[in-house]
Parts: sequence; structure tokens; C-alpha cells
Amino acid sequence: MKQGSSVHDYDWWLMAIVFAICGIGILEIWSATHASHFAGMQWRQIWWICLGLAGMLLLSRLDYHAVLDKAPILYLVALLALTAVLAVGHTRFGAKRWLPVLGQFFQVSELVKLIIIVVLARFFNEVRTDRLSLGDLVKAGVLTAVPLGLILLQPDLGTAMVLVPVAVVGAFLAGIQWKHAAVILLAAAMMLPVGWHVLKPYQKERVTSFLRPEEDPKGSGYQILQSKIAVGSGGFWGKGLGNGSQNQLGFVPVRYSDFILAALAEELGFAGVFTALVLYTALLLRLIQNAQRAKDRAGMFLVMGVAAILGFHVVVNVAMVIGYMPVTGIPLPLMSYGGSATLFVFLALGLVMNVRLRRFVN
Amino acid sequence: MAGGGAEFALSASFQRESRLPQTRLAIISYVIVGLMALLLLGFWKLQIINSDGYAQLAERNRVRTYPVIAPRGSMFDRQGRVLVDNYPSFSVLLLRDDAQEVQRLLPQIADGLGLALSDVQQQIDAAKSLPHFQPIVIKPEATPADIAFIESHRTDVPVLEMLMVHRRRYPRGGFLAHASGYVGEVSADQVDASGGRYRPGDIVGKTGLEKQYNEQLMGTDGQRRVIVNSVGREVGRLEQTDATPGKPIRLTIDEDLQAIAEQDLAGKRGAVVVLDPRTGEVLALASQPSYDPNDFAIRISGDEWKQLNDDPEHPLLNRAIQAQLAPGSMFKIFMTAAMLESKAIPADYKVFCPGYAEFYGRVFHDAEKDHGEVDLHKAIVKSCDVYFYNVGQRLGIDRISYYAMKLGLGRKTGVDLPGEDSGLVPSEEWKERVFHQKWYPGETISVSIGQGATVVTPMQIAYTIGGIAMGGAFHQPHLLMSESPSPEVDFPISESTTDFITQAMWGVVNEDGTAAASRLPGIEFCGKTGTAQVIGAENKQRAGKQTQTKNNAWFVGFAPRRNPEIVVAVLVQAGGFGAASAAPIARDVVKAYYDKKQGKVPPVLETRLLPNSAAPATPATVTLPAAAARPQPVSKKSDVPPEETPSDNTDR
Repeated sequence: MKQGSSVHDYDWWLMAIVFAICGIGILEIWSATHASHFAGMQWRQIWWICLGLAGMLLLSRLDYHAVLDKAPILYLVALLALTAVLAVGHTRFGAKRWLPVLGQFFQVSELVKLIIIVVLARFFNEVRTDRLSLGDLVKAGVLTAVPLGLILLQPDLGTAMVLVPVAVVGAFLAGIQWKHAAVILLAAAMMLPVGWHVLKPYQKERVTSFLRPEEDPKGSGYQILQSKIAVGSGGFWGKGLGNGSQNQLGFVPVRYSDFILAALAEELGFAGVFTALVLYTALLLRLIQNAQRAKDRAGMFLVMGVAAILGFHVVVNVAMVIGYMPVTGIPLPLMSYGGSATLFVFLALGLVMNVRLRRFVN
Repeated sequence: MAGGGAEFALSASFQRESRLPQTRLAIISYVIVGLMALLLLGFWKLQIINSDGYAQLAERNRVRTYPVIAPRGSMFDRQGRVLVDNYPSFSVLLLRDDAQEVQRLLPQIADGLGLALSDVQQQIDAAKSLPHFQPIVIKPEATPADIAFIESHRTDVPVLEMLMVHRRRYPRGGFLAHASGYVGEVSADQVDASGGRYRPGDIVGKTGLEKQYNEQLMGTDGQRRVIVNSVGREVGRLEQTDATPGKPIRLTIDEDLQAIAEQDLAGKRGAVVVLDPRTGEVLALASQPSYDPNDFAIRISGDEWKQLNDDPEHPLLNRAIQAQLAPGSMFKIFMTAAMLESKAIPADYKVFCPGYAEFYGRVFHDAEKDHGEVDLHKAIVKSCDVYFYNVGQRLGIDRISYYAMKLGLGRKTGVDLPGEDSGLVPSEEWKERVFHQKWYPGETISVSIGQGATVVTPMQIAYTIGGIAMGGAFHQPHLLMSESPSPEVDFPISESTTDFITQAMWGVVNEDGTAAASRLPGIEFCGKTGTAQVIGAENKQRAGKQTQTKNNAWFVGFAPRRNPEIVVAVLVQAGGFGAASAAPIARDVVKAYYDKKQGKVPPVLETRLLPNSAAPATPATVTLPAAAARPQPVSKKSDVPPEETPSDNTDR
């Protein structure tokens, strides 16, 4: 039987959705930065997308089972890299998140997200039962908690939180028992206020507005307000690309990245937002469809890990833009400007393609 | 791969279906769709339902409205020389759109601008009723350090902005201060009373001509709407309403005569009023001690104001129109007019003066000595009190007060300055009304020589004596140059009476009279001295010799004798004898007037500047030395109208 398959077997629908989202993103990055000293940022984003596509193709050629085999080593690499970041990492904006690789600074935590998907996919796959035992649940929790704790130390609450849905979705699909889920939810609900009290005042402040101090001279409340003003003033059809005053005059914070949807909402209106959200929904549903058609549980867990992270990103970011959630610094996948983040999404999609390409392989 | 692959290789497609948790995957799909729908609902709420409100907020973010301050009209003297003008300056504006932000930055702002925190807070509280988008001035005069502070903190203190303003400048400090008055921030009461004409923070005239002609002088502010970015930097402009500059006014003041008057009065307490009796034009109006109106042009502190107000010398008092004092012997002119016009006493009436006289059982002394036999002419020239005691007794108080009032005493002259006092001429009716007492005939004796209840202002004296010398044509004094003649009050005096009075007053100066020392060769300079007791004679006797009170010195003079062109009233409080301290000032002014008239270079005028009056923008000494050194044209026709004078503030 032939290994892999023809170009036919790539998920072209998925790719179309991805390109559409990237296209909107590039347009809005251009609009948000063309009149500022960031001008030309869209070209760098395009470059990252190309790099990501190459990485995706490369990763899709590899058999994902081989990747799963290397999970323990990858996990160790992840922990080592996170420790290295804390030890010798590059500090930017008050947090240690960057390691220099080939003259570029990479956010190690993006790589860790990918590894956690692989590690948890392998773990849940090996459980091989439809009823997840308490012991296995705790093990999965510990596997997630160690890198999560290291990322929290950077500190990067946003990225740390992103690891949680991978474990949650994994546990759900692996057959978590309702009583366990209820106990965890209850415990989490009770721990939340306790945990808040344990935090020192400066930590609380970090939790609330820990991100991007350079863009945040006025507190995160101001950012949310300006974002909402941008969104609200856009109306149904928007003010037109390049015409949003909130966007062009810099009232929208980090308008080319975390708050790019606010810029889009102002300039392209509800129509633009609707289009974007429909595209994201389609992307996520398409991922789930790929999981449903995966050849085995391992493939399904891989795809759903990717879906969990992307879904979490989309929901948290969009909710932040309209003030439903605090500012956490979680970008909108494929639309926000960012090298490491874009690269991560394409590599994750590479895993998905990998699973898809092998669904008929016996 | 081999192991896993082999194991999975066994699974058939139906097995795969059963092994994957399809239900749970479906549930996740529904959750995603549900969440996305919820988020879309959130956007719907913001972008469709509440869109208008957010559009307004976005507009308020984007647009700032700044006032464009209209320059106040300048004041020029009769020859077009600048007396009061403006200089460009910067005020510090506080943008109050975000009240919380302002509160947070307040300590930093106060520190950076060198202001007291409580003072800034007070100003913010005072402006609470204003719309939030209207910025307020928190420091009217920005120093270079303030400007540097604002520029360097645009990002972290974005609530400060600079505003170009035209600051009032009185180039020579205390010069002409009482006539020009000063400007200041409009009071809350004035705002309420103006019916929308004034807004809080406006600069309006507070006293003097600044107040009198505020409507002309004050322009209408415009406004400028600009687009700003998130750090408050201006990135574009919207429509602009230009400011309408205030109109300049040309005064009747002659800067040279004013300078002479102020120079001579320096260091004294008193006033000088110079009028053209033919038109009522005020050529000079000086009051000393003075103050620097520049101090008020920038916001004056409560302490400074209190200090000026509590000063025992009362520098804010305009003595030219507000000092109400006994006229002393100058009143003899009114007695003479009453005597001759009423014909109650023959013109050749004579009295023997032994140095005192007894009336109603009381001895009234002559101020000086025994004058021997005295007729009316000599009584004026030598200022014989005994003569006029007798005249007064024979005329009676009602006749005296009738003529004094008709000749202009006891009522305002109507000069175009706010706050003029009316003086007082007593009468039987007045005493009955005010004190509910009968008039004692003895009081008439005091009134006859300008003592007692009679009080006058320097402006009144210049106005009435000028009118009497003009034969009874009294022209309302005015400082604003006008083409049309000012309102005239006529109380015709017979030719012979006018002749007699002017002849006698000529004698006072030129016939070994009381003011003989002030004679001006070649000029028909006429006048009358007055030396008024500050307290009544009987009180003085009671107080004994220890009393420090010095008499007030008066002089009123005019020239020439027939159809006078200039009348000068001088008051020097506690100056002693009018002849000694008041008359020389009038003489200097009249001499300068004639010197100018004959085309002579006016005397070099000392430019007196109060130490802190120099405005930062330009040296304040510019105008005068040059103007004074330049021969001035004689004819009034060649005066430069203010419209043609180059003004630095109208076309910016």
C-alpha cells in the first residue's frame, strides 16, 4: 500500500478556511500598522505563514505514531527548555519567555503546547478504557501541571492556562467519570477564592494586568473600554478598512495582535466579525470532523488536543475583546500578528494533516 | 510504529467507529457552536444595539476642542502711542474628560508645574459644573520649565495641554493704572449676570477703562477642533472658528502730560486731573500711590489681593474720582460766582480783615494773617477767609448750595470711568434729611471757605472750574476719544462774572497771590490754591499741637485766561499748603502742554517701571523713550487714528 497519499488527501477545506482567516488577518495587520512605525508588519506575518506551511507539510509527512513514540523524550525536552528559559531566557516586557534560536527569539511555551498535545494524546491513548480511573486522571493532571507551573513562573498566566483545555478535553474524551468531573469542578470553584487570597497584592496585580506593560500605561480596564468602544462604534458595516479612528489613532491596545479583532470589528463592522467567527467555527468543526474520522484513538486525541487549544484561544480572545473576560494576552490564532504563535498553529495543523493522511492506511 | 501499527491494523472500520467516543465529540461540537453564538450575540449587543453610544465615545476620544483666545483691544493715547497692549503667552490647560485619570495624575501634575496640590484640587472642584470635555486653565502663565514638563510627559501625563493666549500688558507698570484699570478672570456673579456672554475663565475688565469699555475691548473667542491620537498628540484638524479680536480704543490721554503728572506726584498721596474744558477730553488722570495692573493680568493670589486691599495707602483707590475731600479755599470761586450771579451782595463789597472774625458768638480765624481792607479781587488773590465769612453769612447756605450744585459740585461729572463718587454740597434740606437736625448758621461760615461738610473730588474740581472759566459750559469729561462732542451741561454765567473770576484767578498766580511761585512767563496761567483742614478747626484745637494731621493741599489752574484750553486739578493729601505742594505740579503740566504746542521737544520722561512688571516677551521700556524724543505734531488733526497704528495682535 502506498505510504501517505496524494495531494487529494490533504484537507483542502480546512486549508481554505485557514487561508481565509490568514488573509483577513494580514489585511487587518496592514490596516492597523500601515500608518505607524510598525508599517510593513504584514510582510513579516506572510513570511511566518509560509514558514508555518513548510513546517506543516514536513510534519504531515512524518507518521504521527512515530511522534507519539517519542513523547517521553519530547516531554523531557519541553521541561528542559522551560527550565532553560527561566535560567537564561531573554526578558522582554517583564517576563522571561524567549529563547534565542537562529537569531530569532522563540517563545518556548508555544513549542511546549505542541508537546503537551502529543504527550497527553499518547497518555490517554494508552488508558484504553472508556472509564477513566481516578489514578489515571491524577497522572494526566500531574503531566499537565509540571510544565504549566514552569510557564506560570515566567510568568505567563495566559499560555499556562492554554494547557488546561488539552487535559480537560482529553479527559472528557477518555471517559472521565461524572463524579470525578463534579468533584474537580467543585474543588476548582472552592480553590478559586482561596487561591486569590493566597496571592500577594503584586501577584494579584500581575494576574489582572500582567501583560504588555509597554502598551498598558493605564491599566487593563482602559484597554477593555477602548476595545469595546472600537467594537461598538463599528456598527453593522464598519468604518471601512483603514478608517477606524480607535484603531488608526492608537486607542485600541496592541491592535495588530491581541486586539486585532477589535480593530477588525471597528473597520469591518458586525459583518466582518460575523464572517470571522463563522470561519473560526468552521475551522473547529472541521477539526472535530477530522477527529471523528481518525483511524485510531491516538489520532483522535492528537486532533482534539489541537482543537482544544485553538478553540480556547479563539473563545478567550474574542470574549476579551468584548469585555467578557479579563485581558490575558492570548492572541487570536492565525489572525493576530506573531511569529511563534503562527508557527505553532501551522505545526499543530501539520499533526492534524498527519492524522488525516493516515486514516485509510491499514 | 510497527507495534502500534500492527495492533491497529486489525481493527475494522466498524470497530473504529465504536472505539471513538463519537457522542462526546459531537457534544464538543455543540459546545463550540453554542459558545460562538454567544460571542456573536455579544458583538450584536455592542455593534448593533449600543452602537450609537460607542460611536459617541469614539468621537470624544478622537476629537478635542480647544478655545482660540481672542486678543483684547489695545489702548492708544491721543497720538496713537501704545498705552496698553498684549503679548503672546502660554497657559496650561487641564483636560478633564477622564476624571479618574486626572485624580490619579494630580500629584504628578502639581509637582511638575510647581503648584500646591490643594490649589489644583480647588480649581478642579470649582469647574465641576462645566461640561467635562471643556478643558480648564490650571496655570495661566506657563514657564519654559512647565512647557518642557508637558512636552516630555505627553505619554504618561496626557491630560495637560498648552494654550496660546494673549496676555494683557501694561508696558509701564503703574503708569495710568487707575485710568486703564486692570483685567482678571471673570467672577461667578459676572458669569451669571452676563446671560451667556461670559464663560468661566474668561478675562474681563475689572476696573477703570478695562471695565468701562469691556464690550469693545473684549473679542469673541473662537474654537479649534482637532483630531488627537491615543497619547493626545494632534494628528489632524477639523473645522475652526476664528477668534474675533477685540477693538482697540483710542484715548484722549496725552502720554507726555500723563508722564509729567505721574512723575510729579510720585511718592505722594494724591491725584492729578487734566482736562480740555472745551471738549471734556481728559488729557491726564493720575492717582498715587499706584499699583501694577500687570499683577492682575495673571491670576492674582488671594494673599497679593489682600495685601493690596489692606494697604493703608490704598493704592487701588482712584483718588482722581474717588477721593472726596473738603475743597478748602478753592470753594471761594463758587462763593464768588454765587455772590456775583445772585447779586445779593454788590460787586464792590469790601471787608476789613483783622485776621479773625466773630459770628454767632464764635471766633473764626483767617488761615493766614490780617489782610487789612479787602475787596473781592484781593480776597481771592490773597485767599482772605474773613471776607468770605462775611459773604457766606450774607448769602446764606441755601443760596450757596444752589449755586455750588448748579456749577457742578455734589454730583457725578459722568466721566467714563466706573466708581466715580459724587462729592457733597450741604444744605438745610440735606442736614434735615440725613441728620434730622436744623442747620446752624455757624456752619455756613465754615462752608464759605470750603470746610465743613462740603467735599469734592479732583475730577469735579477740574470739571467745574473749567466750566466756570468757559462761561458756564460744562463738558462731560471723557477718556475715550470721540468724534462727536460730549454732552454739555449749561449754566450760563454772565460775561462780567466770568471775567471777574478768571481775572482774579490770574491774579492768584501773577499778582503776588498765593500761587505766585508758580508763575509761567508768557503763559496766562490762572489758578486757585486750597488748603483744607483734614479735621475741623475746633477738633484740631481740642487735639492740641501734638496732632500729626497735615492739611490737604489743592490747586486748580487753567490757561489761557480767556477760553482756556487746559484745566489742571491737583490734590496732594497731607501736602500742607496748596501753593507749596500742589500748584507746582499743575504748573509743570501746563508748561509741558505749551511746550508741546509750540513744537518743543517734550521733556525727557523718566520711564518708571515697577520691578516685576516687565513682561517676559518683550522689554517693556520700548515705547516711551523713542516716542518722547520724537517731536510731536502740534495739530490734533494729524493724530494717528488707532485703526492705522500697527498692532501686533490683530492679525495673527
